[in-house]
Amino acid sequence: MNTLIGMIPSVLMIVSPILITAVGGMISEKSGVVNIALEGLMGIGACAAASAHVLMESAGLGMPSIWLSLAIGALIGAAFSAIHAVAAINLNADQTISGTGINLLADGVTIFAAQILFSADRTREFKMGMQTDKLGIYPTAYIAVIVVLLAWFVLYKLPFGMHLRACGEHPHAADSVGINVKRIRYIAVLSSGLLAGLAGGCIVLTQTIQYTSNTINGRGFIALAAVSFGRWRPVGVTFAAFLFGTAQAFAIIANNFPALRVLPTEVFNILPYVITLIALVVFSGKNYAPRANGKPYVKGAS
Amino acid sequence: MRSLERRESFTNRLLGSDGAVSVLVVLLGFLVGTILVWMVGKNPLNMYKAILQSLSGYNVDNGKMNVRYIGETLNYAVPFILCGFSMAFAARAGLFNIGGEGQYIMGLTVAQVIGLLGPNVAGLHWMLAILGAMCIGAVWGGLVGLLKAKFEVSEVVSTIMLNYVALYLSRIICLQLPGATTYKTANYPETALLSNGLFRSLTNNSMLNNGFYLMLLSVVVYWFIMEKTNLGFGLRATGFNREAARCSGIPVVKSIAISMAIAGAFAGLAGGIVALGSFRYGRVLAGMDNYGFNGIAVALVGNNTAIGTMLAGFLFGMLKNAQALMQGKQIPKEITFIIQGLIVVFIALRSAIAIYLAWRSKRQLQKEVLAK
Repeated sequence: MNTLIGMIPSVLMIVSPILITAVGGMISEKSGVVNIALEGLMGIGACAAASAHVLMESAGLGMPSIWLSLAIGALIGAAFSAIHAVAAINLNADQTISGTGINLLADGVTIFAAQILFSADRTREFKMGMQTDKLGIYPTAYIAVIVVLLAWFVLYKLPFGMHLRACGEHPHAADSVGINVKRIRYIAVLSSGLLAGLAGGCIVLTQTIQYTSNTINGRGFIALAAVSFGRWRPVGVTFAAFLFGTAQAFAIIANNFPALRVLPTEVFNILPYVITLIALVVFSGKNYAPRANGKPYVKGAS
Repeated sequence: MRSLERRESFTNRLLGSDGAVSVLVVLLGFLVGTILVWMVGKNPLNMYKAILQSLSGYNVDNGKMNVRYIGETLNYAVPFILCGFSMAFAARAGLFNIGGEGQYIMGLTVAQVIGLLGPNVAGLHWMLAILGAMCIGAVWGGLVGLLKAKFEVSEVVSTIMLNYVALYLSRIICLQLPGATTYKTANYPETALLSNGLFRSLTNNSMLNNGFYLMLLSVVVYWFIMEKTNLGFGLRATGFNREAARCSGIPVVKSIAISMAIAGAFAGLAGGIVALGSFRYGRVLAGMDNYGFNGIAVALVGNNTAIGTMLAGFLFGMLKNAQALMQGKQIPKEITFIIQGLIVVFIALRSAIAIYLAWRSKRQLQKEVLAK
């Protein structure tokens, strides 16, 4: 039992970035734009945060450097998601293609930047990452809680949130009552980029000491799965992110449990994906996704 | 005035042709990549020297010729082309197959298993391994098609999930193979290898192998199924308009499942060829090889046609082969990933062309009406 309680901090460390990204993905899909670029945006945010932190740390900036680099990662994530926003919202592009493009682009841009800045295929190691509090919990966990509560409040308690959800369900109806569909979708996609970038920064500053091409390793796709498994609701997405994050954590800490050591650690890595697949089959028929999800909005045509 | 009209009709023709737009998109990708290289203070000429060398084997700097580079470029192109077909085949039926990577990994895994444990009979051994790779690829893809057709599970989500299931499943399986360490297994017996003595002597000991024949065969098979059979017609009809196809008696559910299965077989074949052609030992994958993901780009550039996809695959093979050469000339090899990503982003932006053409024809109409 004690070992289980002792695991909580590391589980929270792994869950937080997945949850932050999933909330971003949920906001974007609620407004009607599918964002499968989450994986790439996380990488870009992580690389930006790691580079910024290394450079500012060696420039003598102490603790503020961490928070500043988190902000930089988030902003650069948002900047790259603007590509997706322009393609999906203004140019009626296929959202899956433009998301795939950003994912491929992110693979190149991140390591290219590392080659230019540090002349290696990874960023230089930083000396000090984020520090835990007295309970051994990283601040990223609190950030994740704030992000979820804020997203829930904005989406379900403010008129703006209702407008955003309307854009994802029936953009023509939303437009007819004077809601600016394009503006709202822009805000949604950019915030998903912001959150994915932030989450990337959280991963790199808590779990490793540098950015490599393996830092994100599919966690953006896990977040995407958490959005559909959580049925596009804040509570559901939080639950899904916890479930998947815990499975990921087990892959790392299974060695502490003799009973689990007989299983290959890969079994825990597979779990989130298999659970999502089964859930999609079991819950099929009832469609929980926003109705206009992934469809470009063309004014006048219906 | 007349020359203006002619120019306008030329733009219309250019932007109306899929092939021309693809060429435009690729050139745009290279242009932005070149500007990026120049902006970070490197010499873009070195990038093109590397590309020329991987394309023709000619080294501009010392004037030497080495045909091995041509062989390697062709060899790298094979999995790109086959994964491109995996994406393209599904796309023709209106499905977005992001699962090429998973189907490729499963093909690779089964080929490694049969390659290490199969019957040591010359000829039969590698054929069995390749066949196994295609079958598991078909199962992996067909599963997605079945989920889509029976349960309306989005193929985009399910293929992404199956990619990672494949990766970790492959690790579990390959770690059990004889001589497995954390990253490789024992060497294959000679009978499992795809190596081809003729290619080897022609291309100065490159890795080019029998997989090249299989790729050429696949181009013909892809073209034949798509353009010349009832099955292909049904698939294309399903892709154009699912409801219309259903109403005209095309079994849409079956079409979707079959198209995903065939798509998976192409990617599985790619995995088998890489496993037994480019390596002498089985690999325990630590990450994705990315052939499947890049296959998406290959098919998009090739407009899902047999010849277009093949040409786009050669382009990507050339870029991959140029990577090491670029690194040697102080150009970060990741510029090739950037160019590939840019190409896909620009393809997504293609929809702007339709908006532009519509806007222009509207303006022209306005002009004509006003002139009257």
